[in-house]
Amino acid sequence: MSGEPIIELRAVAVPSRREGGCISSEDVNWTVREKEFWVVGGPQGSGKSDLMFLLAGLNRPASGAYTLFGQDMTQHFGDEFLPCRLRVGMVFDDARLLNQLTIAENVALPARYHNDLHADEAETWAGALLKATGLGEFAGQTPGTLARNWRRRVALARALAVRPEVLILENPLRGLDARHAAWWIDFVSQLWRGHELLRGEAMTVILSTDEFQPWRAAGAQFATLELDSRKFVLAGEHAPEDEWSLPQAADEEGT
Amino acid sequence: MPPSFARFIGRKIIRGFLTVHGLGAFALITAGVMLRKFGVARHVIHPLIRAHLARSGLRMLPMMLFISFALGLVVIGQTVVLLQKFGATEFLGGAMIAVVVRELGPLLTAFIVLSRTGTANVIELGTARALGEIEALEALGIDPIHYYVVPRVIGMALGIFSLTIYLIIGALGSGYLWAFLQDVPLRPGDYFAQLAEALTALDFIILALKTLFFGAIIATVTCYHGLAQPLRLEEVSSATVRAVAQSMVLCVLLDALFIVLYLLA
Repeated sequence: MSGEPIIELRAVAVPSRREGGCISSEDVNWTVREKEFWVVGGPQGSGKSDLMFLLAGLNRPASGAYTLFGQDMTQHFGDEFLPCRLRVGMVFDDARLLNQLTIAENVALPARYHNDLHADEAETWAGALLKATGLGEFAGQTPGTLARNWRRRVALARALAVRPEVLILENPLRGLDARHAAWWIDFVSQLWRGHELLRGEAMTVILSTDEFQPWRAAGAQFATLELDSRKFVLAGEHAPEDEWSLPQAADEEGT
Repeated sequence: MPPSFARFIGRKIIRGFLTVHGLGAFALITAGVMLRKFGVARHVIHPLIRAHLARSGLRMLPMMLFISFALGLVVIGQTVVLLQKFGATEFLGGAMIAVVVRELGPLLTAFIVLSRTGTANVIELGTARALGEIEALEALGIDPIHYYVVPRVIGMALGIFSLTIYLIIGALGSGYLWAFLQDVPLRPGDYFAQLAEALTALDFIILALKTLFFGAIIATVTCYHGLAQPLRLEEVSSATVRAVAQSMVLCVLLDALFIVLYLLA
């Protein structure tokens, strides 16, 4: 708890992206300090993605106060927020790559745009990102030719391209096979501790998940979004049981 | 008037006002981004402008040359018969300038670019919006208007301007060819002298303004329908139809405005 607070939410009501005017979780009070690793769990529909979108600055709080790197995010939503936004990287559940660009172009785009680089100037950095994420062989392909497992890795490489200090991951393990899930847990843990790709600097990592189980040994702190009460509950370093996943697992077995 | 019909008309009028309001706001935002981010990320945006210029200009050149020859045939074919009846073939050049340079050339080019590139704009951007690419760009700190709309507006404006010039040159040239084949007693020197005499400086100014505005309007309207509103994938086709219809109406209205300006000047 020694790091500086970088994300502070006070009595925040998180708006739902799918249902306009609705609140997906309310009265969220949360402080994230630098170099912390948080795992936010909850059943599907509890508003985990809405919270991740809000943290990344893609949504405004419906009410309450949200401060990111000392900036009031309820006030700053335009270009003045850009320096702050570049300190946060976001990886979407469905990757959201630009389908007209190749994998290498997708990864290089943020670095090229913000540093005004020629394509060949960003090539080395994009190559290093692709290599670190095991995507080197796909560099010239377009996103449509890749499976979901790999597309999400491209989204991770793209998010790392501007060397963010905070990495927000929307349900990174959803729909992955065991091999890819193990890679993600290992790689995210390395990023949190300091990956050589980012000069060994530790990152602040916040991710959402349907199940705490895979992240129990990662050294993270945990929080839960409750579906019925729409409350955000801090659970500390001991992950709660994945109670909500049991009926779902039983249903799947039944079918 | 039956109440249901009055409600229908009322809804249409209100929807029309809302569309004009939305388009106006989108155009102003685009103009603001264009000015504010003029020198930002040049190495990313300039290649995109060149790519859209090629798409709305260079790649359509063979098709436009074919249409220019056909246009020359149509105009000359219809006017020569009429002018010969009255022994007024000395007005052939003037008729070509009035029809091809002032009216049909710019409008026809705009409609062809709209049908080929404008529709592609709505589909590309609508799909990108539906698949969440816009939010991805925002998360990366990249302004979607700067990345997606500005290159299209500049590329399409310059593309329509260039294509119109080629269309006019082709149509005027082919016009003489068809006149020659129809045994019109007119020497090439006389024909081109008639063209030069009919052209004024105002023609060049209005032609440039008109084509640039047509390009900017088509790009803005198609980008607005693809980008500015939340879309689901199944809504992309209806957004495309709306964008084409509105672009055509706006281009015709602008053309009418330029006719008025020309007559007043």
